[in-house]
Order: sequence, then structure tokens, then C-alpha cells
Amino acid sequence: MEVLVASAVGIMTTTGLYLILRLRTFPVILGMSLLTYAVNVFLFASGRLTVGAPPILTDDATMYADPLPQALVLTAIVISFGMTAVVVMIALGAYLGTDDDHVDDLIVSDDEDVQ
Amino acid sequence: MSLFLIVALPFFGALLPSLMNSAGRQAVAGVTFTVTLLAFVGLMTNLPAVLNGDVVQNGFDWFPELGLNVTLMLDGLGFLFATMILGIGLLIIAYARFYLSRNDNMGEFFTYLLLFQGAMVGIVLSNNILLLLVFWELTSLSSFLLIGYWKHLEAGRQGARMALTVTGLGGLALIAGMLMLGKIVGSYDLSVILQNRELIQADPLYVPVLLLILLGAFTKSAQFPFHFWLPHAMAAPTPVSAYLHSATMVKAGIFLMARMWPVLSGTPEWFYIVTTTGLITMIVGAVIALFKHDLKALLAFSTVSHLGLITMLLGTGTAFGAFAAMFHILNHATFKAALFMSAGIIDHETNTRDIRKLGGLRHLMPITFLIAIIAALSMAGIPLLNGFLSKEMMLEEMAHTYLFGPKWLVPTLATFGSLFSAAYCFRMIGHTFLGPKRKPESYPAKPHDPSVGLWLPPAILAVLVVVIGVAPFLVQDFVILIAKSVIRDAAHLDVKYIKIWHGFVPALYMSIVAVLGGLIIVVMFRPLSRLWDKTPRPEAKNFFDNIIMAILICARSCIHPLHNGAFTRYAMIMVITTVAAGYHAWATGVVGNVTRGLQPVGWVEIGGWIMLVSAAISLAALHYNRLLSLILIGIVGLMVSIGFVFLSAPDLAMTQITVEVVTIILLLLALNFLPNLTPLESSMWRRGSDVIVAGCAGLATMLLTYHYLLRDAISVPISEFHLANSYEGGGGTNVVNVILVDFRGFDTFGEIIVLGIAALLIYALTETLLNGPVRARLLNRAPDKQLSGTQHPMMMVVLTRVMMPVVLMVGFYIFLRGHNEPGGGFIAGLIVSIAVVMQYMASGFRWASDRQRLPYHGVIGAGVLIAGLTGIGSWFFSKPFLTSDFAYLRIPPFEKFEIATAALFDLGVFLAVVGAVMLTLESFSRLARRAHVKDSDSPMDIDPSRSIVELTQPQKGE
Repeated sequence: MEVLVASAVGIMTTTGLYLILRLRTFPVILGMSLLTYAVNVFLFASGRLTVGAPPILTDDATMYADPLPQALVLTAIVISFGMTAVVVMIALGAYLGTDDDHVDDLIVSDDEDVQ
Repeated sequence: MSLFLIVALPFFGALLPSLMNSAGRQAVAGVTFTVTLLAFVGLMTNLPAVLNGDVVQNGFDWFPELGLNVTLMLDGLGFLFATMILGIGLLIIAYARFYLSRNDNMGEFFTYLLLFQGAMVGIVLSNNILLLLVFWELTSLSSFLLIGYWKHLEAGRQGARMALTVTGLGGLALIAGMLMLGKIVGSYDLSVILQNRELIQADPLYVPVLLLILLGAFTKSAQFPFHFWLPHAMAAPTPVSAYLHSATMVKAGIFLMARMWPVLSGTPEWFYIVTTTGLITMIVGAVIALFKHDLKALLAFSTVSHLGLITMLLGTGTAFGAFAAMFHILNHATFKAALFMSAGIIDHETNTRDIRKLGGLRHLMPITFLIAIIAALSMAGIPLLNGFLSKEMMLEEMAHTYLFGPKWLVPTLATFGSLFSAAYCFRMIGHTFLGPKRKPESYPAKPHDPSVGLWLPPAILAVLVVVIGVAPFLVQDFVILIAKSVIRDAAHLDVKYIKIWHGFVPALYMSIVAVLGGLIIVVMFRPLSRLWDKTPRPEAKNFFDNIIMAILICARSCIHPLHNGAFTRYAMIMVITTVAAGYHAWATGVVGNVTRGLQPVGWVEIGGWIMLVSAAISLAALHYNRLLSLILIGIVGLMVSIGFVFLSAPDLAMTQITVEVVTIILLLLALNFLPNLTPLESSMWRRGSDVIVAGCAGLATMLLTYHYLLRDAISVPISEFHLANSYEGGGGTNVVNVILVDFRGFDTFGEIIVLGIAALLIYALTETLLNGPVRARLLNRAPDKQLSGTQHPMMMVVLTRVMMPVVLMVGFYIFLRGHNEPGGGFIAGLIVSIAVVMQYMASGFRWASDRQRLPYHGVIGAGVLIAGLTGIGSWFFSKPFLTSDFAYLRIPPFEKFEIATAALFDLGVFLAVVGAVMLTLESFSRLARRAHVKDSDSPMDIDPSRSIVELTQPQKGE
């Protein structure tokens, strides 16, 4: 189980960062979403993995999953929606205003990056 | 009046002028004047104590841990400066009322002026050097605002920047110096520091401390070689020049040297640095002043020269020098402010400050002439005026000062400086007021004496000039008192009287030489001026500009390789840095032992993992097709949600899946306008390197996750507390929800505010876009895909309307059970948002918004307000913010149920989330409405009832 979660976090980080390094706004936004998943799962996993013991108090339960990372990640998920929405709006505004959805605004031209 | 109030009054008063701006200029000036007058009267109530030789002290602790306390002290020196700041401030305010034109924003001006005034009073009354530093920086900032007050003038903006750069730089040096000084003494209290002369002067850090503090003082007081900023600051309105650059701010450096005099002076280092700097400044300022044609520039350089004179006197380190310096500060403040105001009057009346265009004004402006000639002759050192007295003292002191070898050097140079000083005073009077009578039309504007409001303030000062000059015994006790408060125990002052006539002493001959020489120079001014214009001179502004440019180029060459504007590069640098830092931590840190075993894995988990991983990798590979990538990211999100369910986090799963829905809707709305394909732009090499960097980061994250998943936390997690107290303290069994609304309610409160701000930001951006050029572009935009035949399919319309109450019911249920079962305000808010969004999608924007009763902004606001008020409610029970309470109720036919204040807080969360999500999505769809999408009035494109109406009444059809 630990291997699966850790490798999933790693792969989501890799793909997310790869997309963040692209040149257009849309893949960058997708990359940020992927990275958000990775970070959320990473934070969640800091409470260690527990199967079948949700932190809902009952009389017959002997152990519970760590509730604190869950609470933190819950708000993080909602906040990340707000962040995504703002970034999307900025990207959209920039595209509508200039007809260009490149993320790079070069001060010095960098021929290697832009072909 | 308490000292604290005297310092605080101008700061509080600074709010008034701007607030009252619409009440008219009279009211604004009136309120500023009143505030200053109050502070002035408050200061005067302390006069008896000061005359008694007492040191008035009060204040309170601010940051005792840092040694930074608001302790204030009023002695003779502080009293002299505070009187000058507030007294001349009063005159300046009255003068500025008439000086500023109708186009100037008077409220803004007086707000800055009061800020400055408060900061200045703060400096001179501080009894804590850290507090003094705070005020010191405040004067730099407020003077920046005042110098640049006429924002439309380029010279004003440049002058303001230059003043801020120079004085700000000095301020930084001063901070360093003061901190070291505090370290040496072990206290930041001025009264303690001033008693430790031997300790400070014996310390090896004495020289660095001295240099740093002097750097602060010299930059502020425009001493050579930092004198250049002051003339450029003259682009400010004249009241500012008169106030800041003659009477107050430039004297802050002098004040600092006087304040520190008992502990820093008397050493060879102090003597050589301060006296030499002062002497050079005095001569350089006087010579440049003579050849300036702009009245204010002339006065500016003359101020530089006089500040040099005072610095020089302080530098001698003798009691008599300090005494003469204090007397000259008083005299200089009176005649120089009067002269500045006269220059302002001339500028105001003739529309020029160029001396070459003036002359003969005495016939047209007799009152101004009288004021100016009294002040100027005092500055030149003519007997029976106050400038003569202090200048005599200066020459007397210099006659006994020996610097670098020959005995005649200092007296000769001092006489030389005084000679030029007299010359520019005579030139100013001669070339402005004297000369043949000219017709009023020959000036740029017809000059005449101004209204009483403009001439009365300088006239009051001119009267003081004469009174002190004729009857110095009136002020001698006061000046001796001030000098003693400067000197303290460091030396003995044996001056008893200030005399006009000393007999035939060297100072008198020096004085006579200076005045006669000054007259000769004025007579020979024309050839001298031609000579001056031909001699090449270094221009300080060019040096300054070159240095700034060099720093700029240096900074650019460091920053541009990193920050070249390419987001991808920043991201790359960030990733590499983070991985490197992580590797460093890993390689140097201690790794604990494995304490947890691996948990078994079933085929279902592996299946989910495969779906997640393959979706993520496909997303990276196929992101060129944007619609497909949305589907793929949806799969990732879904798998993450399922993972949360499996790993005992039902709340997270519900949140994740609902957020997933709204995010995808949002991205779809955005994709409507963005290109459908991402073009392949980056090279193979580039993509390969990106894969390697991202892969390294991913591998690092994976290892880190795996590492800590196999180890227990190094200390007991605080969750134990939450689990133990959730039911007893918070009244809920869903610990995650109790943490959100109770244990960490303040965090949640902040988070809903952030969410609300994000939504409002998006709304504002939409508004800006729709009101700008984008609007036209949107209106003319042709759809890039064929539109569907029916925009609002009947099945979907019917289904969503049927489902709406059901979904709302589910949301309500999820909300209510949140405290004890998975659910709560966040999730319920998202579910309800989805219910509403469905209506927008199915029935169209117009249909849905016609039925929307409450604006979403209001919903966000209501949510934040309810949550906040719930928190405040606990104050009424003398509990801290957001303390929750709960009780169990039983109303007969129902089961026992729970009432908790946390539920009210959760309602706030719910409303804020609904409002934020809806406002966001609505903003995006408003963009769509502007564009090609033609929204029909009716919710259904194919409406049987409408077609019947159309069939029966064809003539009324569209």
C-alpha cells in the first residue's frame, strides 16, 4: 500500500511539474492541478495510511485515522479551487487581451526556448 | 501636556486634512493649524519645567524584549527643536494656505506635512535610540512625499527620489551605528547611553560607531560630499523648502550630533572628521550659492553652508563651540525661514525666481523688501541683527581652532567662507530689490505686495531677528540652558552673557574683512560670474546618476540571467533548488529506523493505482489535445477521491469529488475561449531536460513519502488531543469537522475569507475585461466549432429541474449531519453550488439569473459575517474569539438533538463556499454571454407551448 501511494505521489509530481514547464497557459494550469493533487495526498499521507478506521468517533472502534492532516487537506482542496479559478481567469484575460497564451514574457530573447 | 500626546497629536491629526478635503481649503488649513497649535501649546506647558533645568520624561513599554520602548524625554535641546518644529510649522501652515493654488490637493499636502511634523517631534523627544530610528526613517519617507508633492513636475520626482536615496542610505548607516552603540552600552536608552562617555570612547568599536552615526547625520544635514541632494529637493513647493530644508529636517542631523555630543565628541577622530567636513561644506556651499541665479537654489546652498558652519562648531568639541552652535541654530531658523518665505512671495508675485530677471522690486513690493533685507543682512552678519552675534562667536571660536598644521589656516578659511556668505546675501538683496525702478509690466507677472496671510509669517520672524539682535540678553539664559543640556557633564560652559560688543578682538576684524570683501565681490559680480561659468566643475548630480546607473547595471546583470521574464525558467530554477535543498537535508540529516510495516495490497487497489498513473502519464503525453486532457485529469481526480475513501478519509473524498466537478466545469468554460490544441513548440532537447528535472523532483517526492510512511512520527501527534476532546469539548463525533469548525476555527475563518477574496478578484477581473477592448473582441468572435442544434436539450432541462430539490435536500442533509458524520459546510456548499450550476448549464444563463434573488457577493459576505459574528458571540460570555458551546435539546415528538454554536459557524462556511463558487462560475459564463453564444430567452429551444402560440398568432411572431 505504501509503495502505491508513494509512487502515485511521485508520478503525479513528475507529470505535474513537466506540464508546469510547458510554454502555454493551459498545460501549466493542468500541471498545477496535478501538483495540487500530489501535494494534497502527500500532506494527507503525513498522517500515515490507515484502512477502514475513519476519524468518526464510535464506541466500538479501537483506532482512528489521524484527523488533523485530513482537516488541513480539506481546506487545502477548497482553497486550491479558488487558486485554480484565479489563475484560469488571469490566463484567460491575458489570452483574450493579447491573443497569445504563452507563459513566458521574455525580457531578453531566448532563442533556444522559443522556436 | 504629556510628551506622548505632543508626539501623537500630529500623527492623529494627519488623518483630518485628507478626510476634510471636501470641506474646503479654509477648513483643511484650519484643522491643520489647530492640531499644530494644540501640540505647540502642549509643549509650552512644559516650559516651566524645562526652564527649571528638569528633564521631563514619560512613555510606556512597547517591545521590552527588543529594548524598543516608547520613552520620551524633554530637555533644553529637545525643547529648542520642538519649539522650532511646531512654531515655524504654525507659520508655514498659515503661509501654505495662501501659497497653494486651487489646483493643488491641499488635504494631501497637509496630511504629509503633519506626518512629517510628528516624525520630527518624535526624533527630538525620543529617549530611546531605536524609537529615534523609527522616527528618523519616517522623516525620510514623509519628506519624500512632500518633495514630490507636485507629481507632474519631473524635477520634483527626481529630487524626491534623490533625497530618499541619500537620506535613506544614511538612515541605514545610522541604524547600524545605533545598534552597535546600544550593544556597547547594553541599553538603548538615551539617558543611559549619555552617561557612558568613557565606556563608549574606550571601546574598539568607537570609530565604526562614530563613522556610521556621522554618515547618518551628514546625509540628513546635507554635509559635503552629500550636499547635492538638498538643492534638488528645492523642486518642492516653497512652504516645504522653507520648513524641511531650512528649519527642521536638515537640522535633524545637527540635532543628532548635538544629542550625541557628550559621548562622541572630544576625540581626535570626532574633531578632524566633523570640523573638516563642516568647514568644507561651509565654504563650498557659500561659493556655489553666490553664483546661483535661482533664488531658491541660492538659499538652498546658503543653507548647506550654514549647516556646515554649525557642524564645524559642534566639531570643535569645546563647550563654547556647542554654545555658539545652539545659538546659531536658533538664529538661522529665524532668518532663513523668513528668507525662504520671501523668495516664495517673489516667485508667487512675479512668476519667476531667476535673479537675472528681477531687480528694482523695492518700489513695487516694499513690505517684502523690508522683511527680506532684515533677514538677509542678518545672514550676512551685520551688527544689531541676530546673525551677527552667532557669526562673531563662530569666528571667535575658529580663531582658536588649529587643524592640520598652520595656525592661520582655519581662521582664514572661516573668514573666506563668511566673505562669500556676505557676498551672496548682498547679491540677493541687490539684484532682486535694488536697482532702477522698472515698470510692473517688465516682469513675467505684475508684482505687488501680497496679502497679509503671506507676508505676516515671515514678518513675525523678521521681528524676532531684530529683537534677538538688539537685545540678546532676552534669550541668553535660554540659549545657555540649551547649551548645557547638550553638553551635560562632558565639559564646563563658562559663558554668562551674550554681548554685542566684545571690543577689538580678532573676530571683529575677521567680520569686517568678510563684510567688506563681500561688498567688493558683489561689485565685481559680472566678471566673476563669467569666470565661474567658464571653469569646469564636477556636477554632483552626474556622479549620483552614474553611481545609480552602475548599481542598476550590476543588479541587472545579476538578476536577468535568473529573472528573464520566462515563467518556465523560474519554475525550473525553483524545482532544481528545492530538490537540491532536499537532497542536502537528506544527505546531512539523521535517518530514523523503520518502525512500520508495509500494508497488504489487493487487486482493486492496484487497479485504481494503474488507472491513476496511466491517466497522469497520458495527460503529460497527450496534453496537446486540451479536451482530452480534461477527461484525463478528471480520472486522476476521481482516483484520488476513491483513494481517500479507501484510506479512511470520507470527508476528503466528498470534498475532492465535488471540487473536481466544479473545477472541470470551470476549465470547460475557459476552454471555450482558449485554443483547442497546444502547438508543439519546445525542442526534443528541451522536453528531454524537462522530463529529467521533473522526474528527479518526482523521485525525490516519492522517496520522501515512502520514507516517512514507513516510520512513526518522532513525537506523539497532537491529533491525540483532538480525538480525545472532540466529543467532550466540541460536541461532535466527526473529528475532522470538529477540527475545522471548532479546534482550528480561526484557520477556517481565514480560509473562507481567502476564498471569498479569490471569487471577488475573479469578478473584478471579469468586469475589467468586459469594460475594456476585450469586449469588442468577444462580441466579434466567431465560434470555432459548430454549435449544437439545441442549446438547452429538453431532457436535460427537465431532469435538472426535477433533481434540483433532491440535490438541495442532500446538501441540507450533508450539512446537518456534518458534526457527527462525514459532511459539513464545505461539502454541503459545494453540493448546493453544483445544484445551481446545473440549472445554468441546462436552462441557460438568462433563465437562471432571472430567478436568482440574492447576489452572490452578498452570499459570500453573509457567510463571512455569520462566521465572524458567531466567533464574536463568545465575547459576550467572556470567552476568547470562536469559543464554541453546545447543548442537547429535546422537543417532545422528536428525538433528542444537538444545538451547537459550531453549526452556526459551519453555516457561515457553507454560505461563503456557495457564494464563492457561484460567483466564480457566473463570472466565467458572463464572458461567454458577451461572446458568440446567443442565449435564448426561454429555457427550452423546442417548447411545445410556444410553438402553439406562434402557430395561432403568426403575425406577432419574431
